Amino acid sequence: MTFLEIVTIWNNYIPISIAIWLLLLLTVFYFAKSPIHMAIRSLCTVLHDGLLQMSKSVIAASGKLKERNREVLLSAGMASVEKHIEREFYRVNTTVERDFSGFPVLKRQLLEQISKIDEDYHQSSNIPPNPPEWIEAVESLVKLENESSGNKAVANILKEIHKTTASQHKSAMDEYKKVVSVYHTALSKLMPYWRKVVKTLEIVGKSFTGLQERTTEIDSRMEEYENILSKSNKAERILSSSSMTQFFISGMVLAIAIAGAIINFNLIALPMSEMVGGGSYIGSFKTSDVAALVIILVEVAMGLYLMESLRFTRLFPVIGQMDDKMRNKMMIITLVLLIILASIEASLALMRDQIAINNQALLQTLSGNEPVSASGSIIPTIGQMVLGFILPFILTFVAIPLESFVHSSRTVIGVLSVGFLQLISFLLDLLAKIISNTGELLVNIYNIMIFPTLWVEELLFKKLKNNIENKSGNDTPQKTEKNLTLDKIDIPLKEAAS
Amino acid sequence: MKTLSTLLILISLFILGCADTQSHSTGVYLLMDTSGTYTKQLNQAKTIINYLLGKLQAGDSFAVARIDSGSFSEKDIIVKVTFDQRPSVANQQKLKFKQVIENFVTTAKGSSHTDIKGGILQAVEYLDEAGSGNKHILIFSDLQEDLAKGYVRDLDKIKLDMTGYNVVALNVTKLGSDQINPVKYYERLDSWDEIVSDRGGTWKKINDLKRLEHILAK
Repeated sequence: MTFLEIVTIWNNYIPISIAIWLLLLLTVFYFAKSPIHMAIRSLCTVLHDGLLQMSKSVIAASGKLKERNREVLLSAGMASVEKHIEREFYRVNTTVERDFSGFPVLKRQLLEQISKIDEDYHQSSNIPPNPPEWIEAVESLVKLENESSGNKAVANILKEIHKTTASQHKSAMDEYKKVVSVYHTALSKLMPYWRKVVKTLEIVGKSFTGLQERTTEIDSRMEEYENILSKSNKAERILSSSSMTQFFISGMVLAIAIAGAIINFNLIALPMSEMVGGGSYIGSFKTSDVAALVIILVEVAMGLYLMESLRFTRLFPVIGQMDDKMRNKMMIITLVLLIILASIEASLALMRDQIAINNQALLQTLSGNEPVSASGSIIPTIGQMVLGFILPFILTFVAIPLESFVHSSRTVIGVLSVGFLQLISFLLDLLAKIISNTGELLVNIYNIMIFPTLWVEELLFKKLKNNIENKSGNDTPQKTEKNLTLDKIDIPLKEAAS
Repeated sequence: MKTLSTLLILISLFILGCADTQSHSTGVYLLMDTSGTYTKQLNQAKTIINYLLGKLQAGDSFAVARIDSGSFSEKDIIVKVTFDQRPSVANQQKLKFKQVIENFVTTAKGSSHTDIKGGILQAVEYLDEAGSGNKHILIFSDLQEDLAKGYVRDLDKIKLDMTGYNVVALNVTKLGSDQINPVKYYERLDSWDEIVSDRGGTWKKINDLKRLEHILAK
């Protein structure tokens, strides 16, 4: 029996057949109304509850991840501050060893200089000679002169005495000036010693100032350390912001390094085809390109080891834990390997220049032109060689931003993951709400589809009510038409509530 | 030691796993029509060959053969080479190749008949043996086949698989009869297209020799 035969049940008359089918379907849907409503609501409730549960799980996971991120961040911050404090103490130790190991010598010098100054000072502090004893005699004579005024003999004697005294006074003063001059000379000799003392004290002062700066730095770091230990929000915020900054800065430097590596690659890829062949492939990549890439990666790896051996980075704990002798050996080996690789690159750069010239000459010949000789300047060739030599060493410094990038990316990825989980949770919540409302919408759409049967039901219900009311007379309170209609409308709501 | 040997085996397996199973080299077989008046066009073929020499890389194969009365023969290959893996050596080979072609063009004599199908059979044989990944057969001809008496070139009876082959007709000149009735020209082109396409190959015509960059493009 075909579909058309099933449809045309009324004497092959399609419109009537369709009407009969519609009537049948409406009847079936009308009687199946309650179970279908329940099924729709149950399905939507299950989906809604499931999605809400999922959303809660995602939020819980996000919370756990956030907590874990916080722990990792604080732990990393703690390690970093510990490293800083350790370095500061190391610097203090170096300062003390450097400056204060010579302190006994300084002390001895100071004491010597002070004793010398003391000695010279004592020499310069002699009391000037007392006035001669005969001054008193002169004073008596002066009095005598005053008493015996007009006595010529006495006057003459006194004049003579005055003359002698004046000459003696002059000679005494000369002697005194001489002695004072000697003392002044001795005092002026003290000046360099004073300067030396001041200089020595300045050196000591500077050392103390350096130490004071270090201790201030240590104090600040210790405060930071205490903040981290107390797991304060402030410490977390500071560390998180610092990680973000580090991530972007190191990412930018890494991008520059990658650009450098690309230039390096182009410099050596062509000449590599002379060494490993230009027509062989590994997968879908030219072997020469792969070889060039491998050389660059090996250079980067050597750079990482070198930086690790120099303790600039701490990416490989094994290298960091090596004893100094072994670490130095490793440093020398990696440096030698880097120099060899840089030399290879320089020679490849030279070969590249020659290959480019040959290719150009070939193309000129093939196009029927006379090959144009290359310009006489060797500057481009030297430039390429120098570039080939220094690029591996420049790539060595990639280790520093790489370390920052690796460390900070943990925090950044953690923050992004938390954000992503929160977004998923929000979307699940939203979906749950949409599904919940969609259930009601579907129920209403179903009611609209079977509205003729609902309308008939309402009519029948009204008629039945009227009959019952007519039979019971005025014993029961009358319900208005409006109330009946509202009752009917309330039915789906009651169902919904059930 | 055991760990080291295991590691070495794993690395070897990885490298072998990465080893190329598909050839990336290009093989080009150029058929030059030397029949009748078409010999005058050989200078243009020289330009095409020089262009191809500039384009082909180390490891690629290139052969130039003439189309004459019986082209299904190794003797008709004027010059063939698989370029060395080292670009510097490949450059030397290209210069020698160019010299051979120049000598041929100056001394070439016209043949009485044109056996294009025989040339194609020879080209397929050569390129299959060369093992190139990208195979191109270039036919520098007016595509008017003219077999000598007794020569049979029934391709339907030969299992000729041209899958992966790119056949390019170059400088397909219009004959006198084509001027009278252009339908003949298009029928001729269509018949060759059919021969190639039915056997899995792709067909292309390039008459403007300033558009040589399309020759090796699939």
